[in-house]
Amino acid sequence: MAPAESAQLSGGADDELLVRARGLTKKFGDFTAVDAVDFDIRAGEAFGFLGPNGAGKTSTMRMVGAVSPITAGDLRVFGLDPAADGAKIRARLGVVPQQDNLDEEIPVDENLLIYGRYFGMARAELWPRIEELLAFAELTDRRHDKVSALSGGMKRRLTIARALINEPDLLLLDEPTTGLDPQARHLLWDRLYRLKRQGVTLIITTHFMDEAEQLCDRLVVMDKGKIVAAGSPRSLIERYSTKEVIEIRFPLGIQETVEDQFDGLAKRVEILPDRILLYTDNGDEAIRQVHERGFQPESMMDRRSTLEDVFLRLTGRSLID
Amino acid sequence: MAATETLRVVETHARAYKRIWRGSVISTFLNPVLYLAAMGVGLGVLVDEGSGRDALVGLDYLTFLAPGLLAASAMSTGAMDGSWPVMAGIRWQRHYEAILSTPVAVRDLVAGHLLWVAVRLLMMSTIFSFVMVLFGATGVIEAGRALLPAIVTGMAFAAPVTAFTARSEDHVGLTNLFRFGIVPMFLFSGTFFPISQLPGWMQPVAQITPLWHGVEMTRAWALGLTPTFEPGLHIGYLVLWTVAGWIAANRLLEKRMIK
Repeated sequence: MAPAESAQLSGGADDELLVRARGLTKKFGDFTAVDAVDFDIRAGEAFGFLGPNGAGKTSTMRMVGAVSPITAGDLRVFGLDPAADGAKIRARLGVVPQQDNLDEEIPVDENLLIYGRYFGMARAELWPRIEELLAFAELTDRRHDKVSALSGGMKRRLTIARALINEPDLLLLDEPTTGLDPQARHLLWDRLYRLKRQGVTLIITTHFMDEAEQLCDRLVVMDKGKIVAAGSPRSLIERYSTKEVIEIRFPLGIQETVEDQFDGLAKRVEILPDRILLYTDNGDEAIRQVHERGFQPESMMDRRSTLEDVFLRLTGRSLID
Repeated sequence: MAATETLRVVETHARAYKRIWRGSVISTFLNPVLYLAAMGVGLGVLVDEGSGRDALVGLDYLTFLAPGLLAASAMSTGAMDGSWPVMAGIRWQRHYEAILSTPVAVRDLVAGHLLWVAVRLLMMSTIFSFVMVLFGATGVIEAGRALLPAIVTGMAFAAPVTAFTARSEDHVGLTNLFRFGIVPMFLFSGTFFPISQLPGWMQPVAQITPLWHGVEMTRAWALGLTPTFEPGLHIGYLVLWTVAGWIAANRLLEKRMIK
């Protein structure tokens, strides 16, 4: 990078830009996992990559984490090039991988200690930090237990605590709540929400639309390696969906006989294998018309639109197959 | 390779070892005691009373066996430490992935890992040498001289086996490495009998194995004998395996982890 360009990237308005990707591409042999995506991530925001498994979210995250070389395009993290300054970038990141990779054989607090040592932190500086993080992760009374004795939710919280040991400027969370029960998920969301309020910049990949809605200020929807939409959860729903959705289920074998008769009942009709979705801004009116036309569904539910509906609209498929 | 990052990797290994050191020291001590008692003393009596002495250039069997077994144990430690813990780091526990998310790079990880294996080899060889002296196989000073070739022997296996593990999919490759590589070497590279006892065509094969060079040097320096070739040649051959293995381990682990 030329000195002038570097000065420009690290000063002025771009000061707040933590990640900048242009035409970012990742190929594995003939397979294109990430296909020329552009995005900017600013300090203090919670940025999401929403998409189904195999959309290219993890590959993107690994490139940002400076552990996967880019195939083409341009990527800057903290204004630095991951190919040249990988170690410098990683020194300022916290990483929560999809699968926990804690050291199972050693106690909870030592996991934090050794991880801090990899960042070159002194023990005297680490112990008070470890106390804080154990309290944050609600693991203070489990500190001397081996990691293998912890529950899935506890391991996840420990992994997040470990990622915070170096007080990172940017926290990368790859599918942070996959595999957790609802209670553990909500506790984890609460912790992430606290971090957000403290001003920690978060990047989250997820295939759960509720997670993206809860946590992300801004997100991109990914499918087959490409970004298909970008914006805040609210704006995406407004742009790509209606206010309300009527979900209609029929008894087994009936849907096939009636599914071509819903035209004109709503702004958009989506036929899924197990249900029919009516997209409308007036739910009561749509329900009334369904009854008026003499359909006899097993159940009908009026709900508000979610990012799931956005994804369905954009790709014609569900987020979770 | 950054020296501080490398030392941090060593520190982690040491911290994990602190939890198991008692068991490790006891088994490192018991292993040579059992082998030397059974084979050196028990079997050795039969060898010494038979026609063994001529082939053993006048040594009694215990004396012949002990330094050979030191080199073979170093091989075993090096190969073990280069295989299962590395596979655990890559795949089973995946903590290599966690380490590589920090400023530590693959070359630091490999260097730290190998440096730790060297420390383990030093501990293991020191305990083994102490047992050799206890059994009267050699003197204290000679036993001390045997440490260097023993450690280099261990490293000549640790580094290439680490490289091999970095490109092995799972435990199957490692099991085969031990089954078809390490165990035959253990038996036929001059540890238990001189390779002059092997059929003629097998002798050059044995001389290619790094273990034979390790056994030859360790035995020579532990007993004050002259090795088959120049000491520099034997040691150099082992260093060559170490360096080649180290370079390969860097490349292959980079390929495996950074994709």
